[in-house]
Amino acid sequence: MVSTGSTTGKSAVFDYAPAPESRSIVDIKPSYGLFIDGDFVDGHGKSFKTISPATEEVLAEVSEADDADVDLAVKAARRAYTRVWSRMPGKERAKYLYRIARIIQERGRELAVLESLDNGKPIKESRDVDIPMVAAHFFYYAGWADKLEYSGFGAGNPRPLGVAGQVIPWNFPLLMLAWKIAPALAAGNTVVLKPAETTPLTALLFAEICQQADLPRGVVNIVTGAGDTGRTIVSHADVDKVAFTGSTEVGKAIARAVAGTDKKVTLELGGKAANIVFDDAPVDQAVEGIVTGIFFNQGHVCCAGSRLLVQESVADEVLERLKRRMGTLRVGDPLDKNTDIGAINSAEQLAKIRELSDIGEQEGAGRWSPACDLPKNGFWFPPTVFTGVSQAHRIAREEIFGPVLSVLTFRTPAEAVEKANNTPYGLSAGVWTEKGSRILWMADQLRAGVVWANTFNKFDPSSPFGGYKESGYGREGGRHGLEGYLR
Amino acid sequence: MNASTTRLDVRKTYKLYIGGEFPRSESGRSYVVNDAKGRLMANAALASRKDARDAVVAARKAFPGWSGRTAYNRAQVVYRVAEVLEGRRDQFQAELIAAEGVTAAKARIYVDAAIDRLVWYAGWADKIGQVTGNANPVAGPFFNLSSPEPTGVVAVVAPKGPLLGLVSVVAPAIVTGNTVVVVASEQHPLTAITLGEVMATSDLPGGVVNVLTGSQAEIAPWLASHMDVNALDLTGVTDPDLARSLEEAAADNLKRVRRPAAAPVDWLADPGIDRMTWLLETKTVWHPVGV
Repeated sequence: MVSTGSTTGKSAVFDYAPAPESRSIVDIKPSYGLFIDGDFVDGHGKSFKTISPATEEVLAEVSEADDADVDLAVKAARRAYTRVWSRMPGKERAKYLYRIARIIQERGRELAVLESLDNGKPIKESRDVDIPMVAAHFFYYAGWADKLEYSGFGAGNPRPLGVAGQVIPWNFPLLMLAWKIAPALAAGNTVVLKPAETTPLTALLFAEICQQADLPRGVVNIVTGAGDTGRTIVSHADVDKVAFTGSTEVGKAIARAVAGTDKKVTLELGGKAANIVFDDAPVDQAVEGIVTGIFFNQGHVCCAGSRLLVQESVADEVLERLKRRMGTLRVGDPLDKNTDIGAINSAEQLAKIRELSDIGEQEGAGRWSPACDLPKNGFWFPPTVFTGVSQAHRIAREEIFGPVLSVLTFRTPAEAVEKANNTPYGLSAGVWTEKGSRILWMADQLRAGVVWANTFNKFDPSSPFGGYKESGYGREGGRHGLEGYLR
Repeated sequence: MNASTTRLDVRKTYKLYIGGEFPRSESGRSYVVNDAKGRLMANAALASRKDARDAVVAARKAFPGWSGRTAYNRAQVVYRVAEVLEGRRDQFQAELIAAEGVTAAKARIYVDAAIDRLVWYAGWADKIGQVTGNANPVAGPFFNLSSPEPTGVVAVVAPKGPLLGLVSVVAPAIVTGNTVVVVASEQHPLTAITLGEVMATSDLPGGVVNVLTGSQAEIAPWLASHMDVNALDLTGVTDPDLARSLEEAAADNLKRVRRPAAAPVDWLADPGIDRMTWLLETKTVWHPVGV
């Protein structure tokens, strides 16, 4: 385990010199207003601070939108929908989305640095995964804007819904924005979007990008705030569509809030994915997949492979190699290009991870982390594995949303399926085996919206994503992602 | 007379576009191209059988790389062609006015439609498979998935519309991963070569599109009978006897053939997706399902 920038380098294979990405490319303003009807305006509510979770440094002050602000945003979105966006030919809407995609590509480095600063994720992930996929998502849905009649939805005459109220989480701030805004706009809807209160900055930079693209006023409105602001958006009478990504608990509250209305809803919620390793799997690849599955983005991933189900006959070998590999993970400065694991996004999330991990220990599971120097300031949690976990343990049932892996074992494929499906969630799953027919059999049996075989945490704009059961409903991405924004 | 007040135009030499380069016809021949008022515009290259074969070799060579790229990448390249074409709107407008004698307003409509058509097709690169492919619910324990793949090298006899017509037959072929040898409109060949300049500077790999200018009746039969061409688009053939003989020649290796339209094509109309789907092979993969 190595802390980047650390000189001790205890169990490191070899040391790296610090390789920090410069933050001078980003110009963070001291304070930000709300983006309503094409302009940044002061909110009526209080303001709150957004900090860098790696240092606890205050990055900016951000407005908290109150009911009146949300109402203004919805009105602006309605006006833009009625007068401009829903009337515009699809091929012209497409051009705006292509412009946005191109500007994101052009300003990619700036967005990546800002995302890592505000979220705490390693720069190599924001630079190589988040931001390129944001641009790709806009590019992909731009192409749908003038092809909706081929989507298979809307009975040959697909039409937009109207104003979409969208609430997104803090784990992939700009990517979740793209997943929400790109298909909504392509289909002809206008949006009011609320980024998470701990990660508002890239959404506000995106608002600037909308201005650069000359996007008509009111088509995209960004209102910042916390849970109250989100509730106001979701329950606003003039919102036709609600799209939410976040916790299952809030998802259920939204489902209740929209009951009896005409609002169309898509929910992308929690997960407790099984990552299933059979005895014939290529072990080194599987170990890489396990590491990617649970430690990518500090484990702040709804589809994270947080339950490792390993076949009993290879469990010792897999665990030994997994621990060895975990010893080479580098935890530290998110802006360091060699960092594998960055900061936990907030003190609140860190407390939750700590609490569930302590409960894991109390319930009798074996806890292990590699030796680790964690930075003094900021929010940090070492990569952690629990062995001897039973299905009844809370760390096997509840979403920890951190770099914590629970290991269970199985003997037969049927037992693996039984255990994998023994969860209220159903977002994703992983299968590792050399046998193709078994991969497909497992994929048939698993009650999950995405099944990765001999790989994990793969995403693409053309590939639908979303869950079964209490992981939510609706799909984002691909042709299927249009369904939630068309009638 | 003060020499500094008169400046002689530097005229462009119009050559062929093969393998990403602009060679003259190996035959050393050219033919006169006049503008709409009958005045000389330029001498265009009169491509030979050898030029046609060189173009097929270039298209075949480019096929594995181009078809092997991700659909997302092909989309971006075709979109880039649209971006670069947008930057040359005035030049193409002037060429259309000169070549076809159309009004400035009409020329602008055709140039803009050509750009928009490229954008439209660009977006299809990573969607056509989602619209035409599917999982098949076979009655047995099998995974069964059908997905489209490009057919290969496509020879196209381009229609008269020097820009929009040309873009409308070439873009659907390349966005789906095929490579193309196109015989430009015999009457209006110059715009096709200028479009070649756009493609050559748009990250489109050399050989993906190859442009021949010259006599349709002379070049097309060599392409129709070429055993390394997989499909033949006869859209620009107006002589029914020539179309039939080309289709007959194409039968030797069972090229996919697209016949000329029975009625004149309105290139400004919604093109639909059939110019892509006829150039796609459907591949179906079976795999057993079981522990």
